[in-house]
Amino acid sequence: MRPFRRASGPAVPLVRADVDTDQIIPKQFLKLVQRSGFGRYLFYNWRYLPDGSPDPEFVLNDPAYAGSPILLAGENFGCGSSREHAVWALRDHGFTAVAAPSFADIFYSNCFKNGVLPVRVTKGQAAALRAAPRTEIDLGELTVSAPPLPPFRFAVDPHRRRALLEGLDEVALTLEEHGAAISEFESRAPPRGRPPSSRLSS
Amino acid sequence: MNVTERILARASGRKRVEPGDVVVAGVDKAMVHDVSGPGVIKVFERLREQGIDTGRLWDPSRVWIAEDHFVPSAEKASAENIVKLQDFAEKYGVGRHFKYGMGQYGICHTLSHEEAMVMPGEVYVGGDSHTNTTGALGAFACGLGHTDVAYVLLHGRIWFKVPPTALFVLRGAPPAHVMAKDLILRILGDIGTDGAAYGAMQFAGDGVYGMPVEERLTLTNMTTEAGAKNGIIEPDRRVFDYIGERAGAGAARAAEAGAAYGDGDASYESTREYDAAELEPMVASPFSPDNVGPARDSSSVELDKAYIGSCTGAKMHDLEAAARVLKGRTVKVRTEVLPAAMSIYRRAVESGLVGIFAAAGAVVGPPTCGACCGAHMGVLAKGEVCVSTTNRNFPGRMGHPESRTYLASPQVAAASAVTGRITDPRDLD
Repeated sequence: MRPFRRASGPAVPLVRADVDTDQIIPKQFLKLVQRSGFGRYLFYNWRYLPDGSPDPEFVLNDPAYAGSPILLAGENFGCGSSREHAVWALRDHGFTAVAAPSFADIFYSNCFKNGVLPVRVTKGQAAALRAAPRTEIDLGELTVSAPPLPPFRFAVDPHRRRALLEGLDEVALTLEEHGAAISEFESRAPPRGRPPSSRLSS
Repeated sequence: MNVTERILARASGRKRVEPGDVVVAGVDKAMVHDVSGPGVIKVFERLREQGIDTGRLWDPSRVWIAEDHFVPSAEKASAENIVKLQDFAEKYGVGRHFKYGMGQYGICHTLSHEEAMVMPGEVYVGGDSHTNTTGALGAFACGLGHTDVAYVLLHGRIWFKVPPTALFVLRGAPPAHVMAKDLILRILGDIGTDGAAYGAMQFAGDGVYGMPVEERLTLTNMTTEAGAKNGIIEPDRRVFDYIGERAGAGAARAAEAGAAYGDGDASYESTREYDAAELEPMVASPFSPDNVGPARDSSSVELDKAYIGSCTGAKMHDLEAAARVLKGRTVKVRTEVLPAAMSIYRRAVESGLVGIFAAAGAVVGPPTCGACCGAHMGVLAKGEVCVSTTNRNFPGRMGHPESRTYLASPQVAAASAVTGRITDPRDLD
């Protein structure tokens, strides 16, 4: 996973609430299992006209936002299906940070596992960011700055923050912090998991 | 502690947990299907690149596989994913793999209860957001992303933040033609699609305990639509009997022994009470499951299609309810019935339901997630309007982004199929 420290650019405003993961990456692309290449299908139904050309009305096709790594989303972003492809598509497109007033639970969790920082902001802050020409999200400082607005802080779980800053996924982070203890534990060859309560017959 | 807290405390070896605590819980059962399975396989590949051993699962006897989203394979990519699942199951010696076309198979959440794959008091995770469904058996059941499922498959545990619980109490028995679907739609209308975000939704009251297990599963299934971490109902005799009918008397005794309950002084973040006598047939209009109102208020909506399927709306009880409406009547719009698992399909054949559906003019198809997630088997064209027993109606969920889906109970869907517009089953007679 690539480390993430800060992202800066014009925050791409997607002014809709309850955007579910099927809007982020429609179901027909779930059959593809490579983790790269999903970017071109991101927001597929909104992004392209019926003839396959980019819809100039859709914000992702606005040259003013081209290449920006920050998506500014609405409430309950990422609800619906648990498909991790949604984060893969955002990351593949180039988004490394998503700011929104609220996120759906599984989506929020999936972000950290794929090098994308989800930032919870208030509705007021989201509205203000939409008006700012440029936003910088700094994970080291835990700040969002978007002049001329005064900078404001945001909160992230310290473990997840460190993992993103150092480019470690949770598995790598666990191995780094507890690798020696795990090896020692494994060498004693204990049973994995918890004692059986019921097993599936095979 | 309430039941969700009790299960998480037990699974993490703690005496006590409170909402907001982060615990590492042992997992009892884990499931992947033909979308999350190939996703997990991909995550395993990445882990191997990082030098991590993915040579064995923590306990293959606790892992099971469903083929549901893209079966029967409509094209090459879907077919290849099924082969990948098969290779995965063989390589790791997975306990149960329910294969399309080889006896029992069906929608993963339906198999979880039809096959008694999960027991009361257990921690169960699946690579699908509607894993919450199985909480109706008294388990802590929740959906995870592919990376988290991969972690569970390797290590048999995962961290959770203990969710605060909202309690929903139903008083009294619902009137005729009112189903669990009507109650959960009503609740969604009241609390919204993020009304339980990061929280647990627990159902109780004599109205809930008067429902058959399959109706309770409809309640927990759609807790996902409120953003809930899990949905749960403390198990009673009906649940133990239900498990016993499927897995034998030994399993029923084990279920009872392992069941978890809240304390007498369990606390809840909020409590809402519903009077069953006031419930009525509902629909959720496009484009959100919380866009809810009485079915009668939408009676001018003209339909192109009725869909009776999915983990939410094609259990045996759902098919029986739809058949009672369709018996002796004829459908006016294209109608599909897709039983949620092969065991249900068989019972529907043996009990004559399939004959009733066919006589009414409906097509009865194979168990599959099918058009519920817009995958195949009757997806919607631009501008088409569908009444559906499924659980989501976001734009494009069942097909074209400009199609429109009304979520409803099997009785409302069947009554609407007969008239060709949204219909309250009480208005059919």
